[in-house]
Amino acid sequence: MLSGWGRLPLPGRQVLGEDLERVARGMPLTRGLGRSYGDSALPPPGEARVAGSRLADRILSFDPDSCVLRAEAGFSLGELNRIFWPRRFSSPVLTGTQHVTLGGMVAADVHGKNHHRDGTIGSHVRRLKMLLADGRVVECSRESHQDLFLATLGGMGLTGHILEVELVLQRIPSPWIWSEAERMGGLDRFLAGLEQSAAEWPFTVGWVDCLATGRHRGRGLLIRGRWAEPSEAPSEPPAPRKRLVIPVELPSWVLNRLSARTFNLLYYRKQLRRRTSGIAHPESFFHPLDVLIGWNKIYGPRGFTQYACVIPETDGTAGVRRFLGLLTSLGVASFLCVLKDFGGEGEGMLSFPKPGMSLSLDIPVRGNIREMIARLDDCVIDCGGRIYLAKDAFTSAESFRAMEPRLKAWQEVRRRWDPDGRLASAQSIRLLEDRR
Amino acid sequence: MKVAFLGATRGMGRALARRMAERGDALFLLGRQAEELERSARDLEVRAGQGEVGTALCDLEQPETFGPALTAAEGALGGVDAVVVTAGMFASQEELEAEPARALRLLEINFSRTVAFCEEARRRLLRRGGGRLCVFSSVAGDRGRKPVAIYGASKAGLSRYLEALDHRFRDQGLITVCVKPGFVKTSMTAGLDPPPFAGEPDAVAKTVLRAIDRGRPVVYAPPIWRWIMLVIRLMPRFVMRRVGF
Ligand SMILES: Cc1cc2nc3c(=O)[nH]c(=O)nc-3n(C[C@H](O)[C@H](O)[C@H](O)COP(=O)(O)OP(=O)(O)OC[C@H]3O[C@@H](n4cnc5c(N)ncnc54)[C@H](O)[C@@H]3O)c2cc1C
Ligand SMILES: NC(=O)c1ccc[n+]([C@@H]2O[C@H](COP(=O)([O-])OP(=O)(O)OC[C@H]3O[C@@H](n4cnc5c(N)ncnc54)[C@H](OP(=O)(O)O)[C@@H]3O)[C@@H](O)[C@H]2O)c1
Repeated sequence: MLSGWGRLPLPGRQVLGEDLERVARGMPLTRGLGRSYGDSALPPPGEARVAGSRLADRILSFDPDSCVLRAEAGFSLGELNRIFWPRRFSSPVLTGTQHVTLGGMVAADVHGKNHHRDGTIGSHVRRLKMLLADGRVVECSRESHQDLFLATLGGMGLTGHILEVELVLQRIPSPWIWSEAERMGGLDRFLAGLEQSAAEWPFTVGWVDCLATGRHRGRGLLIRGRWAEPSEAPSEPPAPRKRLVIPVELPSWVLNRLSARTFNLLYYRKQLRRRTSGIAHPESFFHPLDVLIGWNKIYGPRGFTQYACVIPETDGTAGVRRFLGLLTSLGVASFLCVLKDFGGEGEGMLSFPKPGMSLSLDIPVRGNIREMIARLDDCVIDCGGRIYLAKDAFTSAESFRAMEPRLKAWQEVRRRWDPDGRLASAQSIRLLEDRR
Repeated sequence: MKVAFLGATRGMGRALARRMAERGDALFLLGRQAEELERSARDLEVRAGQGEVGTALCDLEQPETFGPALTAAEGALGGVDAVVVTAGMFASQEELEAEPARALRLLEINFSRTVAFCEEARRRLLRRGGGRLCVFSSVAGDRGRKPVAIYGASKAGLSRYLEALDHRFRDQGLITVCVKPGFVKTSMTAGLDPPPFAGEPDAVAKTVLRAIDRGRPVVYAPPIWRWIMLVIRLMPRFVMRRVGF
């Protein structure tokens, strides 16, 4: 059995090897570290195996002048951080966990707390080396096979196997972060706060208590940060943080509305002062949950899903307000909900971000999960938004079509490079209605 | 430390070479595929952030490559303090029983050729007044067991040789470290179901590096396998004949 981060298993096995080109040949899909939540990295029904990239993890070159790093697709963000932060380079995009591979980051065209300023990872990728469905190996970029390149950014592994990635790193003044956290009493203040901070800060994000209602609806913490100047930062590079392992699966009832509410309240109140600031460890700032190894086990045997969507701010905050209202009426027992304002839409033909407000929240899987997701999808469609494929597990093909006018153009490119439909995932069968 | 490394392209060797490079050891890679060696050398250079990592072809199946490869390493590093061998071959007992030619090849690679390579390395290290020779054997050599009759035999022979080497030359300054990995999740074992206590290559690398530094003659990695193998070694024959492992 194989599963995504949400621990919803499907039959399948991953084949691992240092030589990804050999391992992926003839496979329907390549998987990275399995940090997508749903079924994006799982084999389509009827196929037992996918390729696993994580042993293909070598750095191939790095030029400190141009900042260009070339590495095999299984090289992880965690390793990149560990090796390059002390040398004052950083990945231009840092996701909420560092246990992701370069291939997975490109395939999902990931975004981070700096999306409003720096866009998705795709805008910092120069070239990709890919194994195509027909067995050919090609290099693609904005200059050569541009259609393949742009369909692969955010293409969830369905256009070919990414073997190597060329990424432009960013120079940083120090490997430490200067961060500020401010308590926000309600949604309007929160959204205004995000907008103001975006102008001055490279990294911003909000944690919202989505169980709070009435006057408190939308209360939470606004977090902003920037790389610290050498004069502010400790002189030594940040040491690896101590980690805690969640050894066993907790029973599913542990996570209910009451425990979620308590947690959210504690989180909101954890800082006494309205505003705090100081030097932060880059891992606690960018990858706070990584100290808890295997935290997905707290959701118990039934697993969980993450609902991540973006809602355009065409009519101000009305869409976000409506979405939060719907969460309350559906009785979703969620820990914190992450709020992030997006900048422009990137080049990836199927990438998630577009201007607006994104919301992501973890939802424990219960009997009515499909209806619940369908209701949320309807709200997103009405607001002109869309969902994030790297998190999705339950959206229907019909809803997805309704929120993705770009799907047809992307499918055309995909078919050009895989005319026989050899590449597929469990997600592409469910959501894109691939036929095999 | 100046290290000549046979087997750094994949698996535990890759992990160990990375730890060495990152702490500042100078490395020279030996192996059988030029392109793989080059790619691994670049990886190690970027990780080390300084220095060059050279390579030379050396195939355990071609003993005539041993001498020239070690000479190249000595030349590039300006003398070698340590030689590490992680190279080896694995195949299941069923495969080896079905294909005698493959069984013979495995016995040669893991035992006679590895011993021949170690002899070449030993002579050179002793000529400089000693050094460290670290070779990967296996827990499979500790006891005759059903699923690893042939592979286990090759590693049993290797372990004995390494033990004797340590007895024979330690007072001349040659420290021999015999590594006995338990089940480790590398591509060598990717087709098998991992048992409990399966280890990760990087954790093994950490354990092994400490053992090399301290000059320990035998090291089990992950360390728990030392106790597991103690129990297995104590099991009476009639029990071993019954059980499946
Ligand atoms: C705690 C947590 C926080 C997160 N935070 C963020 C965040 O802040 N921003 C964000 O954008 N995402 C975030 N994510 C999602 C995550 O970044 C993506 O799901 C990413 O794709 C995971 O990478 P992976 O290596 O684990 O890939 P997998 O999950 O293994 O695969 C994901 C997709 O990429 C494809 N893929 C992987 N490798 C290759 C390859 N070599 N060639 C072709 N296709 C490939 C797979 O087929 C699959 O479709 C988060 C996830 C978690 C668990
Ligand atoms: N994995 C385990 O669970 C386990 C358990 C006990 C013992 N061991 C032993 O530990 C050692 C390392 O295992 P591993 O799992 O890390 O192995 P691995 O991932 O398969 O790596 C083997 C390495 O040996 C090299 N090699 C193979 N045959 C060679 C030859 N004829 N000449 C030169 N180099 C050769 C390979 O080079 P190429 O890149 O050219 O292929 C590769 O670098 C082996 O000796 C193995 O028997 C492993």
